[in-house]
Amino acid sequence: MSDDLPPDFDMEEFRRRQRDRSRIMAIAMGALAILFFLITIAKIGLLA
Amino acid sequence: MTERPPLTGDAAAGSDGYATMTTASPSASLAMPADWRDFLALTKPRVMSLAIFTALCGMLVAPVAIHPVLGFTAILAIALGAGACGALNQWLEVDVDGAMRRTASRPLPAGRMEPQAALHFGVGLGVFSVILLGMATNWVAAAVLAVSILFYIVVYTIWLKPRTPQNIVIGGAAGAFPPVIGWAAATGEAALGWPVSLPWLLFALIFLWTPPHFWALSLFVRTDYQRAGIPMLPVVAGETATRRQIFLYTIPMALSAVAPWAFGHTGALYGVTASVLTAIFLLLATQVGFRRSVEGDAMKPEKRLFAFSILYLFILFAAVVADAWILT
Repeated sequence: MSDDLPPDFDMEEFRRRQRDRSRIMAIAMGALAILFFLITIAKIGLLA
Repeated sequence: MTERPPLTGDAAAGSDGYATMTTASPSASLAMPADWRDFLALTKPRVMSLAIFTALCGMLVAPVAIHPVLGFTAILAIALGAGACGALNQWLEVDVDGAMRRTASRPLPAGRMEPQAALHFGVGLGVFSVILLGMATNWVAAAVLAVSILFYIVVYTIWLKPRTPQNIVIGGAAGAFPPVIGWAAATGEAALGWPVSLPWLLFALIFLWTPPHFWALSLFVRTDYQRAGIPMLPVVAGETATRRQIFLYTIPMALSAVAPWAFGHTGALYGVTASVLTAIFLLLATQVGFRRSVEGDAMKPEKRLFAFSILYLFILFAAVVADAWILT
């Protein structure tokens, strides 16, 4: 695949951005799952 | 923060922040993802902080206590809604931002992100924020949030901003909604009755504070607006008229600042704080309103008024909460 890349394509930067975005998405999804759990618990009155 | 390179190569429109790098072979293509920090920059975090703070204050002065988890979720949803406004505003104004020195380094005009990615991000964030607020608290608060997002995008950004120097006078309403949303999240109602309720007086304060705040800014970034073709008051009506308008709009703002005290919604702590700070605001606005800049003017009084106006609003809202929590 690398043979087809334009000469100015920064593969290292590409990988770094992919990795960072995956991390952010994982953190956001995990935080949302916890938040939804807490909202449910609060709504049914278990955290009152 | 390190400088992120723009998307280079033969970049065609992609989705989700990816700029497709086409090569000689049509079957082979690779996309450079936009950096996550650029998505964060799209949300205008500094502008968002004012919305978060005023919403929190609206929630804290409400007569009904909200569960901390639900309160946190409401503030998160309001922040996401404000972020959506920032992203959609930047998507709509990419050409304008590119023409202004102050905004030229934003992700879209700097070429670090595809416009389609900003659109998807903004719409997704906006829809999610309204659903999250509705499910966590109530649909009255969610409806007011939806109205404020649509007002900011459709009425202010698309309709008023490119057409009239009154853009921020009417458009300022969009930024004034957060205390009402915070209040509605806690109480389940928008408090539309008479006598004028506290959240709507706080709405009026932000609404009337916006013109002197933005016109002070527009006086010292006038050339930027001129270059971008935005009909801000100094560009259309000139500097003297803008200065007079700053002074004139400060008078109703001053009245709205002391109104929560006059209507009996707050005690002396807020009353004294609002009176003192509003007197300083009036003094600075008078100074700006009746001076004339000279060639090479550093515009210090205008910058001072702009900086003070931000502090003013933060302290006044903090005083409303302190008054409600400490003295009652």
